[in-house]
Formats: sequence, structure tokens, C-alpha cells
Amino acid sequence: MLSLIIFIPLLAALGILLGAPARKTALGAAAAEFLLTLFAFLSYDKAKAGFQFLSSTPIAPEWNLNYFVGADGLSVLMLLLTGIVTLAAIWVTPKIEKREPLYYACLLFITAGAAGAFASVDLFFLYAFHELALIPTFLLIGLWGSGERHTAAWKITIYLGLGSFILLIGLLDLYLAVPEALRTFNLIDLQKLATSGAIPAAAQSRPYIFLLIGFGILISLFPFHSWAPQAYASAPTPAAMLHAGVLKKFGLYGLMRVAIPLLPEGAKHWANLLLILLVGNIIYVGLATIAQKKLDLMLGYSSVMHMGYIFLGVAAMNTIGLSGAALLMFAHGLSIAALFAMAGMLRESRPQLALDSFGGLAKPMPALAFAFGLAAFASIGLPGFANFASEMTVFFGAYKPALGLDAKHFHLAVIFALWGVVISAVYMLRAYRAIFMGEPGKEAAAWPDPFKALRWPVVLLLAVLLIAGFAPGKFLSLVQPTFDAVLPK
Amino acid sequence: MESHAYFPWFILLAPLVSAVLIQLFLRRSRELSATISVGAVCVSLLASVFVFFGPDTVKANEIPWIELPDFHVPIGVTVDALSKIMLLVVTGVGALVHIYSLVYMKGDESEARFFGNLSLFMFSMLGIVLANNFAMMFIFWELVGVSSYLLIGHWHTRDTAAAAANKAFLTNRIGDFGFMLGILMVWSSVGSVVFRDIEHNLRLITADPTYLTIAVLLIFCGAIGKSAQVPLHVWLPDAMEGPTPVSALIHAATMVAAGVFMLARISFLIAPSPNAQAVIMWVGIGTAVLAALMATQQDDIKRILAYSTLSQLGYMVMAIGLAAPGPAMFHLFTHAFFKALLFLGAGAIIHALHHEQDIWKMGGLSAKMKWTFRSFTAGYLALIGAPLLSGFFSKDAILAAAWQTNKLVFLLALLTAFLTAFYMTRLFVVVFLGQPRSDAAKHGHDGPAAMTLPLIILAVLSVVAGYSVIGERALGEHLWENVHKIHHGEGVGAVMALAIGAFVIGTAGGWVLYKGQAKDPILIPLFKNKFYIDELYAALIAGTQDLLATMSGWFDKWILDGLFVRGLSGAAWGTGFVLRFLQIGNLQAYAFLFGLGVVGLIYFLVFA
Repeated sequence: MLSLIIFIPLLAALGILLGAPARKTALGAAAAEFLLTLFAFLSYDKAKAGFQFLSSTPIAPEWNLNYFVGADGLSVLMLLLTGIVTLAAIWVTPKIEKREPLYYACLLFITAGAAGAFASVDLFFLYAFHELALIPTFLLIGLWGSGERHTAAWKITIYLGLGSFILLIGLLDLYLAVPEALRTFNLIDLQKLATSGAIPAAAQSRPYIFLLIGFGILISLFPFHSWAPQAYASAPTPAAMLHAGVLKKFGLYGLMRVAIPLLPEGAKHWANLLLILLVGNIIYVGLATIAQKKLDLMLGYSSVMHMGYIFLGVAAMNTIGLSGAALLMFAHGLSIAALFAMAGMLRESRPQLALDSFGGLAKPMPALAFAFGLAAFASIGLPGFANFASEMTVFFGAYKPALGLDAKHFHLAVIFALWGVVISAVYMLRAYRAIFMGEPGKEAAAWPDPFKALRWPVVLLLAVLLIAGFAPGKFLSLVQPTFDAVLPK
Repeated sequence: MESHAYFPWFILLAPLVSAVLIQLFLRRSRELSATISVGAVCVSLLASVFVFFGPDTVKANEIPWIELPDFHVPIGVTVDALSKIMLLVVTGVGALVHIYSLVYMKGDESEARFFGNLSLFMFSMLGIVLANNFAMMFIFWELVGVSSYLLIGHWHTRDTAAAAANKAFLTNRIGDFGFMLGILMVWSSVGSVVFRDIEHNLRLITADPTYLTIAVLLIFCGAIGKSAQVPLHVWLPDAMEGPTPVSALIHAATMVAAGVFMLARISFLIAPSPNAQAVIMWVGIGTAVLAALMATQQDDIKRILAYSTLSQLGYMVMAIGLAAPGPAMFHLFTHAFFKALLFLGAGAIIHALHHEQDIWKMGGLSAKMKWTFRSFTAGYLALIGAPLLSGFFSKDAILAAAWQTNKLVFLLALLTAFLTAFYMTRLFVVVFLGQPRSDAAKHGHDGPAAMTLPLIILAVLSVVAGYSVIGERALGEHLWENVHKIHHGEGVGAVMALAIGAFVIGTAGGWVLYKGQAKDPILIPLFKNKFYIDELYAALIAGTQDLLATMSGWFDKWILDGLFVRGLSGAAWGTGFVLRFLQIGNLQAYAFLFGLGVVGLIYFLVFA
């Protein structure tokens, strides 16, 4: 089941490289991916909780290395996100003039890598699958990007390469922190060891800081975020959707799956640092977002800013905060993918996406204006969308953090985070007004509505956001056992 | 579940269904959208009437929305005296405004969108009224902000409307910043967001008076935003950019009253904190006086009414601060009718005069627009507290409450009453009496029945809603007792005499100064320019937020990214080399980087 989710896109990518019709194969694989992840999501047995769909194949028995996949509530939610965003991203892909097969293969590789990372119960594969997904991202930006694509590709390659490297050191350090006889890459076993106290508190803070910085770079944690806005601005639309929507969540997933549960004492030790950095994400990056004059950069910055809220839920180290953060990952992934998809549509008429080059588009493009408005509302956390419910849950979780954390500091962070909600309304409404409101220029009045041809992928993303926004309880109770099981009592 | 338990859900769901249907499927069918929207509000009104005459407490029914350990958010309804009266006001005025809009918005190319958003507003507002917990109230609170944003910006091609919509949304969000924080404080102390649980465990939070005061004042921030109190009042006058029915329903009768309603809902939390009460009282009376002063010098008919709304809301907020939720709700009740009436009357004039809003281009309309004139007169008299009309009784209760608590506050409230009579008389005399001052004004005429009928109904209500037969029934035993006690407390005779005096002097002053004038004989720049508060805020935002944003943007681009990241990696790899291999799109180079990671891992596995 999970292996199908991982290998269908992989095989489709290989097929395309070997000559299968690129778009058709990719779209078929994406549809299959979506249905399979949806099936996994629906058939996951909530009552039993824990890892399900387990399957293991020894790869290198002498090193105790196994291809080991399985999924709990958190994983199936992330897999569903992967399936939805993949389908939407491949769907909105425009006609590719240059090396079309490689383009689609790259997209499918990202999907396979992300799905593999979310479904792996083995640290080695968790890491390797993510690496598999990173390379095609670099390629997509470098080969098919727009604007300063070379600089952007160069920066993201080096930056994320560095992040992965630091992450690797952290994982190895974690591996070594376990007493020699018990060492393993198996996450379930590692979790048992951690819960039984086999990883001494004193040995936790060093691997944790490596993991925090390593994952942090991948998530664009302040001040390691500056690769992100430019990369998203230059990336082709589907690549931006997949990376910002799905792949970037790998770092957060890693914190929730590896760093916090296995190294809780390390996390507590570094909690204040994380709080300071995440406030940097929310306030400093939020303010920088206001200053942006191009839609793609603004969306890129806003995506960095919103990571701060997810970090806040993670930092609280309690079930409320982490569950909220998990749902927020899902919500953010969908809403940013929808926004990037629509920014891509606007790019057709104004390649530079300068905010002041638009105006009054609500008149010639009412459908796009409506859908963009919904996605913008979702992204600034208005009720009805999953973003609101999860952000609110994060605030409650962070206001009463786990024992051993300084509640006063968290209160301060929550105050900043709430102010960030005002900031995000400032830039989003400003952009919406610049693009869609006002009197349309003569030329703009004649633009056809690009939304008509490409509405279904966006409708899919928004519909899921609304479902999860109206019934967040169902989603939160899905991920809750994951955290209940691992958080120290 | 007994059948009564279903009615609150009908009230809530009818407008939601209407909003969803219209927004998703009917954006091109104008008439069908309007019909569905009006139908939905009528269903809500009917169900509200059933609820009103139904049992006093309906057995709690709720559905879980979020269920996490220590964090439960249900979606559930409260049916008590407070929500009952509010339901009637919202659906009653709502239904009339919907019907009126059928005429007012006819021919608007986005009529369907208008009615869809109006239904969205009804859903949101009724959600606030019915909410049985803080989190649910906050959800609908935000949704009211959204629908207000959408309706103010209805004519989005107009730049002023777009600006006003953004301003309203952001100002409200600033208030909600405090509101959410206050909710978090209450939850953190009591362990629940449900009003009933908080009331039962009140001692958990009253144990620390400072903590309670801070929490209450933060929650009050939400009311400051929504009910447009000083210093967050600036959005409401600008919100008049929206279509006039919207101004009547949302920015006069209901949404802006939500702040007062919310404070009344949590009066059990406010009562134990005298310090919070004092702050609320002063914010309220401050708004009342300042807004009334600003109103004396405005020329736009809707803006005058908007400042008047601010001022009257100030009264209600002050009453909450005076521990008089009864009079506050009483005034909310009567004000909803006469203020909606005045706005709809103004809308009829604006409609007849082809979108003319400057009172100095009107004049002599009493003869041309008979029904509008008659109904407007009723609303005007009710607002300025003419004896025996509804506003007189409800205002009197608030003035008496002020007298009994703080004489200085009473004097300021009296000053406000005088100013109200003055500026409303100015408006009345300039618009309806004398000679027409423009071509448009010469050809004024009453609207069709769907427009006039709501005016007449509201006029009747404005006259009679203050009598205790109606007031007692509407407010319910508990709130009315509060009104009654104040009405029979100390100094009521003096209060009534002084209030009538203020009414007479204000009216006479306005009459004498403005009768027969062709332009404003008085110019007070400070009032006309609204104490320069908008300018002050603009400077403040430019000086702080915009400056910080520009600095952050610059720092990020040139220092953090430019110097630091590029510099560091440039030194390590050599920019030229890296750039070159990226330009060719060299797969091997990427594979090499990936390989580094894997090689590292394998090395470790083999040799560790």
C-alpha cells in the first residue's frame, strides 16, 4: 500500500524518461497517487492508532538496514497532503517547451521522495528519500525557472545542501547517543528506547541543536530563510507548489517525528532559542513581507513567516500545540499551493508580477478574484478554513506549554504571534487590493480569465481546506495519538 | 431532542445555506439570489420568533468542534433573554434591510454577490449571538469582520471603497489581537472557553484581581474594535463607502452592537473587576463626546449618521462600565430601530438624488419625499431623545445610571445628549426644510413600496419600542429588572429634567443656527477634521510599521541574504565556478552533492 504510494510516481517518472507520453503519464500517476493517499487516509484505523500498513524488506542485513515503511495518523495526513498537492501541481503545469519529459520526471521524483520520507519508519530512508526529492527541485529551478533562476538555484542548492549535511550530522549524533548495544535506525525501536529513558538527558542537547538547525534550514527557520523567497519566485509554478506545499514540511515533520519525541530534554534545553528564532520568522519576516513589491516574492516571504506558527506549536511540546501544528502544516501546504497556482496564472499576463502593474482584475477575472480571495483569507487565518482552526489550536497549546518549559516566555511569543496575525492581514489585503480592486486599465479589461481552464486543481485545494476548516476535530483527533504516545508524561 | 432545540440551528443555518448557494452557483442569477437571500432571512426571523416565545432555557445542545485534552471547543447555542432579544433585533432589522435592498440594489451588476455577502453577514452575526463559548464567538466575530470587509468593498472598482474595506478589516484585527489574548488568559486560568463553565468556576480567575482586570480589558479590546470605540473608531465613518443598506444593517444596528452584546454576555466576568469597569466607562463616554463633536461639522449625510452611531455606541459601552447591562441592551434595542431607520431614510434620499450625499446639496425634501420625511422625522426625534419616543426612555436609563455612579460622567453624557440634538437638528433642517439647493434635490421623490414600507415599520418601532410593555417583554425579566431599578433609583427626576433641557436647547440651537442657511455658518476645523486622528494614525503607521517593514526588507535583501549568505558561500565555493556548473544544468554536479550526503552515511555505517 505505502510502497505503491512511493513507487508509482517513481515508476511513472522512469517511464516518462524512457519515452512514455509525459503529461498523460504524469497526470495518471498523480491521480493514482491522490486516490491511494486518500484511501490510506480513510482506511487508517483511528481506534487502533499507532503505526499501520507496516511492511519491511531487509536491504543490508549486516548493517541492520531495512526498507521499512508504515504510517500513523501524522504520516497519513502528510501523505494525503502529498497526494493532493501533487495532483494539483501536475494539473496546473502549463505547456513545457524544453525537455518536457525531464520536467515531469522531476516533479514526480519530488512526490516520490516526499511520500517516501513521510512513510519511512527507518531513519536512513527518511533522510535518503528527502534527498531524493531535493535534487529535482534544484533542477527545476535551474533549468525551467524564471527571473534570476541561476542565482536562486545556486543559493537553494548550497543552502539546502548545507542543511541536509547538518541534519545528517545531527542524525548520526542521535544514533550515537544511544548506548552502543541498542543502536538502531528503526524509529519504532528508537522511540521505545527514548520513552524508557535510554537516551540520557545530558546527551540530548547536542544532537538536538544539530537537528534543529538542519531541519530548520530546510524549513526556512529565521535567520536561515533567505533561500526561500527567491527560490519560490524563480521556481516554475508546480515546483513552487510542491516544495512550499509539501517538501518543506519534511523539516517540520522531522522535528515532530524525530527531534522532539526522541530528544525531549534536548528540546527543552533549546526551547528559548527556538522561541526567539520563531518570533523572528513571524515578526521580522512578516515585516519584510509587507515591504515586498512583487507577488511571487511576497508569497514566498509569507510562506516563511507562517512557518513561525508551526514552530510555535512544535515548541510548546504538548498535544494541543503539536496537533495544531500538524494540522497547520496540512493547511498551509494546501493554501500556499493554491496561492502559487494562481500567481502562476497571473504570470501569464504580467511575467514580472509587480504588484503595481496590476489593478482592477476583479472585473475581467471575477472567478480568479473570488478563488484568490478565498485562498488569501485561508492564508491569513480566517475561520472556515483549516488554517484558522489550526492556528487557534497552536495559540492555545503554546499558551500552556509542557511542563519544564517557561510559560512566561511562551506568553511573550504568543503575543508576538498574535500580532503577526495583524501583519499578515496587512500584506495580504494590500496585495489583494493592488491586484484585484480599483478600476481595471484598458488593456487589463480585455484579459481572458485564466482561471476558467485551470479551476479544478484550485477548487480541489480550497475544498479540502474548507472541509478541514469546518471539521478540524476529525483531523486533530487523527494526529493526537501520535503525540500522546511519544510526549513525556 | 425536543423540537424547540432545533430552532436556533434553523436560525443559523438558513443564511449559511443561502450564502453558499449564491456564492458558488448563482453569481449570475441576480433575481434568484435576491429571492433566496430574502427567503433565508425570513426563515431566520420566523425561527427567532419561535425561539423568543419558546421556553426560557433550551436544553444545551452542541456538537464538538475541537476535542483535545484540556481544549474543548463545542459549537453550541445559548438561548437566554440576552440572545433572544438580540436575535429579534438582528433578524427583524435584517429582514427589513433585505427587502429594502431589493429596490436599492436593483440594477447593480453584482447584485447576486451583494445578497450572498449579506447572507454571509447574517450567518456570522447570528453565530455571535448564539455562541455559547468564547472560541465559537471568536470564529463568528472574525467572520463578521470578513463579511463587513466584503460589503464595504462591494463597489471595489472605487478606490475609496477598497481603502475603507481594508481599513475596517485591519482596525478590527487590531482589536481582535487583544480579544484572543484575553480569551487565552481566561482559558489558561479557568480551563474552559465555555461561558457556563467559566461562570461556574469564576473564583478561579477572580482570585487574582490584577489578572482578571488585564484579561477583561484585553477582551474589551475586541469590543473597542467591533463597536468602533476610541481609539479604534476610525474605520466606521469610512465604512460608509459601502451601499447604504449595509450601513444601516451592519454599521448601525447590528455588527457594531456586537461589542456591546459581547460585553453584556460576559458581564459576570466584568462585574468583579471595578478597575476594568472604570476603563470601559471612560472609553465609552470619551467616544460618545468626541464622536458627537465630530458629527457637528460633517457634511456627508451618511457620515453624520456614522458619527452619531459612534456616539450612541459610546453610551452603551459606558453603561456596561457602569454595571448597567440592562440599560445598555435597552438602548441597543431602541437604537437599532431608529438608527437603521435614519440610514434607510438617508438611503432613500441618496437613491432619489442620484447618489448625492452632501447635505448642502439637498434641501426642501419634506414636500417631495413625504413618506421618507415622515418616517425620518420619527427616527430623528427618537434619536435626540424627544420625550415619549423610544430613545428618550433608553437614553434616560443610561443617564440615570451615570448620575447614580459618577456625576462627571453624567455631565459628559448630558453634553453628548445636547450635541446629539444639535447636530441632528442641523441635518434635519438642512436636508428637509428650506429650498432645494441642487437640481437633483428639486426632483426628489419617494421610493417604491418595498423601500417605503420598511421605513414605516421602523418608524412605528422607533416610536413605541421604549414603552415598558414592549421593553420588559423584549429584554426579559432579568435585564429589565436592572433597567427598572435604575429608573426608580436616586435622582431620576433631576436626570429627566436635565435630559429634556439638553434636548430642548440642542434642538433650538440647531434650528436657530441652520434655518434658512445656504452654507454652514460655523467652521471648526478641529471637529471637521475629526481631531486629526486619521492623519495622526497615518503618520504613526508610516513612522513605525512601514519604516520597520522597509528596513526589514532591505536588511533581508542586502545584509542577511546579500552579504552574509552570498558572501559566505561565495568564499567557500567560488561564485564563478558554482554559477558555471549550474548554468549548464549539470546533472552530475547535483548528483555529486546528493552523493556527498549518502557517501557520508555509508562511510559512517561501514567504519563506525
